[in-house]
Parts: sequence; structure tokens; C-alpha cells
Amino acid sequence: MAEPLHLHFAVDGQDFSSAGQASVTVKKRLRQLGFSPEVMRRVSIAMYEGEINMVIHAHGGEADVYISDTEIVIVLSDRGPGIKDVALAMQAGYSTAREEIRALGFGAGMGLPNMKKYTDEMQIDTKIGVGTTVLMKVRVKP
Amino acid sequence: MNFSALAARLSLEHAAGPVPASFDGVYAGDLLSRVMSRLEKDQLWITIMNNVNVVAVASLSEAAAVILAEDVSLLPEAAAAAEEKGIAVFRTEMTAYEICREISRLADGGAI
Repeated sequence: MAEPLHLHFAVDGQDFSSAGQASVTVKKRLRQLGFSPEVMRRVSIAMYEGEINMVIHAHGGEADVYISDTEIVIVLSDRGPGIKDVALAMQAGYSTAREEIRALGFGAGMGLPNMKKYTDEMQIDTKIGVGTTVLMKVRVKP
Repeated sequence: MNFSALAARLSLEHAAGPVPASFDGVYAGDLLSRVMSRLEKDQLWITIMNNVNVVAVASLSEAAAVILAEDVSLLPEAAAAAEEKGIAVFRTEMTAYEICREISRLADGGAI
């Protein structure tokens, strides 16, 4: 690929059942482009966790994915409440998800830790009352 | 391990999706992010969660199949998603522990 392929998605904040559509679409595209199952799995799980976070905490947002031969970059931005304490939010098991969200199986407090686990690089830019942008990179081994 | 042999031996009820030929290990759990952290490709996933997000997690994690324990039924919306995404879902009255115990026993005996 000469230039990175750019995919853009609006993540609907109202609908849990459609949450994950963007991740599934990205996974399909990566498969079509011939990426390894390992890369597909890492990218799609990290992105799914991010999507779910935007639905749970921020009424949805935007997802941009840039695919090149050497890396896949995922940028998730929302205009939610922001993350008060990023270090705390990064701790496995810490969650502020509501009870009805937990009843769906989410809210394990593993979203951000999983995003970190499955990517090579992760940056969180958050401002209280303004929103959060998460950038994740998965490098493709030659 | 042979999935069809397992399904027959445990009388698993087929709820949705194409039946996989084989599986390679098992993970049991219900919190979806924990599952995504631990469930590996081609493993069986045993859970009591039955909503559409289960199908998404199984698909993204590339599970061999999902087994719903404790007589849980797959919700209709989730069944439709499983058919669409090609995710196999089975159900049984057994608990997760009982399923794991049986898989271990059958695998040790070379039956699956």
C-alpha cells in the first residue's frame, strides 16, 4: 500500500447491540488485505473494547483506522465526560460502569488494560467535560 | 479435539451457527473483557451470558464455539447474529464446572 487506507466510523452511543460493528468491519478488511490472524485479532479486540467504552461512558463517538503495511493505527474520539484518573482507569478490575451495563457482561474493568495488552502503543488524551481521544498502534511484523 | 464427538457425548443442543470440526482448549467465564483477555483462537467458550455481545466477542476472539451452560437460551437477536457471523452456539443444562469436568474426562480417555 502506497498510502495508509483510511476507514471512518460513527459509533452509535444508544445501541449496545450494534456496538462492535466497526471492529467487525475492520477485521473483515484486514482479512481481505491479507493480514495475519494475530494482527486481525489484536486490532479488532482492542478496537471493540474502545468502541464499548465510548458507548458505555461517552454516548458514542468517532473511530478512525489507518491501515498500512507496517502498522495499524486506531484513533477513537468522543465528547464524553473525560477520564478523571487515567492511572486508576488503567488498573485491571477498576470500573465505573453502571449496573445495567454489568448485566450485559461488560464492566469487568478490563477494557483499557486489554487495549494496552493487545496493542504496541497506546496514548490517552482526556479532558474533564470535553472528551477523550485514544490512539492505539499495532505494528505489523515483517 | 473432535467437537462433534464432544457434542454427541454431552448431548449438547445446537442453538445456532455452523458446527465446528474441532477445538483446541477451553475457557469458561462471563465478563466479556476478561473473556477477550483470556479466550484463545479455536477454543471453546463456556458462559451463561446469552446476549448479542457474546456473538461479537466469540467472533472477534475466533472461538471454535460457544457453549451456554445452566440451561440458558440464546436470545433471538443473538441467534440471528450467530447465524450471520457463522458462530456456533450450543446449550446444555450442565454447569460450567460439569462441562469442563466432562471434557477433561473424555479428552483423557481419548474419546474426543
